[in-house]
Amino acid sequence: MKKSMYGKFGGQFVPEVLMPALTELEEAYERYKDDPEFLKELDFYMKEFAGRETPLYFAKNLSKKYGIKIYLKREDLVHGGAHKLNNTLGQALLAKYMGKKRLIAETGAGQHGTATAMAAANMGFESEVYMGAKDVIRQHMNVYRMELMGSKVNAVESGSKTLKDAINEALRDWVTNVEHTHYLIGSVVGPHPYPMIVRDFQSVIGKEVKEQIMEKEGRYPDSIVACAGGGSNAMGIFYPFIEDKEVKLFPVEAGGKELKTTEKEALHSASLCVGEEGILQGAHTLILQDKYGQILESSSVSAGLDYSGVGPELAHLADIGRITPCTVNDDEALEAFYELSRLEGIIPALESSHAIAYVMKMAKIGKLEELGDLVVINLSGRGDKDLEAVFKLKEEETKEACQ
Amino acid sequence: MRIGDKFAELKEKNEKALIAYACAGDPSAEATKEIVHALVKGGADIVELGMPFSDPVADGPTIQAASTRALEAGMNPDMYFEMAASIEENVPLVCMTYYNLIYKRGNEKFAKDCAEAGITGIIVPDLPAEEADELHVACKHNGVDLIFLITPVTTGKRMEKNLEKTSGFVYIVSRLGVTGERVDVAESTKNILARIDTEVPKAVGFGISNGQQAAEVIKAGADAVIVGSAFVNIIASGENVNERVEKLASELKISCR
Repeated sequence: MKKSMYGKFGGQFVPEVLMPALTELEEAYERYKDDPEFLKELDFYMKEFAGRETPLYFAKNLSKKYGIKIYLKREDLVHGGAHKLNNTLGQALLAKYMGKKRLIAETGAGQHGTATAMAAANMGFESEVYMGAKDVIRQHMNVYRMELMGSKVNAVESGSKTLKDAINEALRDWVTNVEHTHYLIGSVVGPHPYPMIVRDFQSVIGKEVKEQIMEKEGRYPDSIVACAGGGSNAMGIFYPFIEDKEVKLFPVEAGGKELKTTEKEALHSASLCVGEEGILQGAHTLILQDKYGQILESSSVSAGLDYSGVGPELAHLADIGRITPCTVNDDEALEAFYELSRLEGIIPALESSHAIAYVMKMAKIGKLEELGDLVVINLSGRGDKDLEAVFKLKEEETKEACQ
Repeated sequence: MRIGDKFAELKEKNEKALIAYACAGDPSAEATKEIVHALVKGGADIVELGMPFSDPVADGPTIQAASTRALEAGMNPDMYFEMAASIEENVPLVCMTYYNLIYKRGNEKFAKDCAEAGITGIIVPDLPAEEADELHVACKHNGVDLIFLITPVTTGKRMEKNLEKTSGFVYIVSRLGVTGERVDVAESTKNILARIDTEVPKAVGFGISNGQQAAEVIKAGADAVIVGSAFVNIIASGENVNERVEKLASELKISCR
């Protein structure tokens, strides 16, 4: 097996002009990932800037309602409001060690763009963020945040105007400016070594959970639930548990309106559950495509999950049966958004709401015992950024009900 | 017609090659056939026919927009091969597309469909040599050239490997970036050609849009110039397309003589 592969998935399907940059990145990462000075500096940023470690919070009201022990890994408390900063600090620091002057990034919900802007501002990089025009509207508060911290935000008008198109545009920028620019990919997607690097920087989540749950419960959880678009928070919390076979791992994908596909688009973003093998944005993975291999536009109430592919390592782990992909739909996610807010006083991101919704869904259909007695949900981000979108949906519903 | 035969023919005439690009199905399959005819009439020696893909990451706005127009007009790989098969011009046709369309159809079937439709070369901008083994085998098997790229940042072992693997010609990207028109191509072309040592014809692309630039590239030592976006822009305008395409092709071809 080539070292760029994750099982039969992965690889480096990129323009020739990027190959030297990928090699350079991989070599730099191998050089610095165990370098004491690099790790010391990264540790400083993680603690003092990002606010790690994050609590593993026992959700007592949620637990009481469902009759099992539910813990929330509070990545919503990371500076910026989501787990994304774990990766951007790591990669930005790596780029600094590599002597790059400029960072570019794609963003869906705007969380990764914001986390990139934070790292860039703090470490003195010039930065530019590509964001689908549709997402710029859905998540405009994050656009202000990025601009406030000195990033240039480019609204991408091509294709479906979402995450996939933002990645295309970022790749085009990188192809042009590869010599002094680092492309800071925000998820475990794209060509190798990105899926590995992002996974490693996000693995701090799972490593902390391991220690925290041992301290609190004296054992590992029966299952871990995390939402998966590209899959960085899922890989981050799953990866340290991969060898602990007794721990069940559930990546929850966006089921959107329903798990159906029209000729032009998918009404969901569930590549792990119903996607096919294909090549998207540098990797052989599971993707949403038509019969010819044209990429289908995906759909989800949550911008951060709205993606036509998924990280190749998740595709591999699903392929060998180590993880159990599942979905919840838009309505179920919204219900979870409300429920966690009311029950625990925590407003979850719409992305993370999918993970919570899966536990609720399993309870509703009487299959909660499949998750066991001790469940950890990765609360990957906070929901402040989604308030406007949720209220708009509510208004529309009210209008419809009145008509 | 095989690419090698075309270059041999041109060598006898002491000419360099004009390789012209058009996106199949933009604005329709019928129109593309006429455009190919105009290109060849104007002097194009090889025609690159883009098979439109939904996410063309190596292309700039011009060809990206052409791909979108073609897809919206209904172009798909089945239609593409049907159309290519009906082209009667006596020039090599080269298919330029992205790897997922090939992967989905199957490497062997794709190469076979190319051969049957009279397409004798394939360029895949998102398929570096490391990932190309299966398609390489399929192409050899079906008598189709698989064309690899060399860029300003391709050096050392990568350069050797790509030159060893490419057949038909080697596609030299004269500068960093995506496809599209550019002002200065002479300097970067000279720099990169100076580093390339091969018997395979050297075709330079990315950024060439007029006769003067083509002449400079030829003077710098290229065996062929590749022109895409300049033709696509004419096609996009929708005005006197065939006439203007033919005129640009002949202007460019003069520089290749």
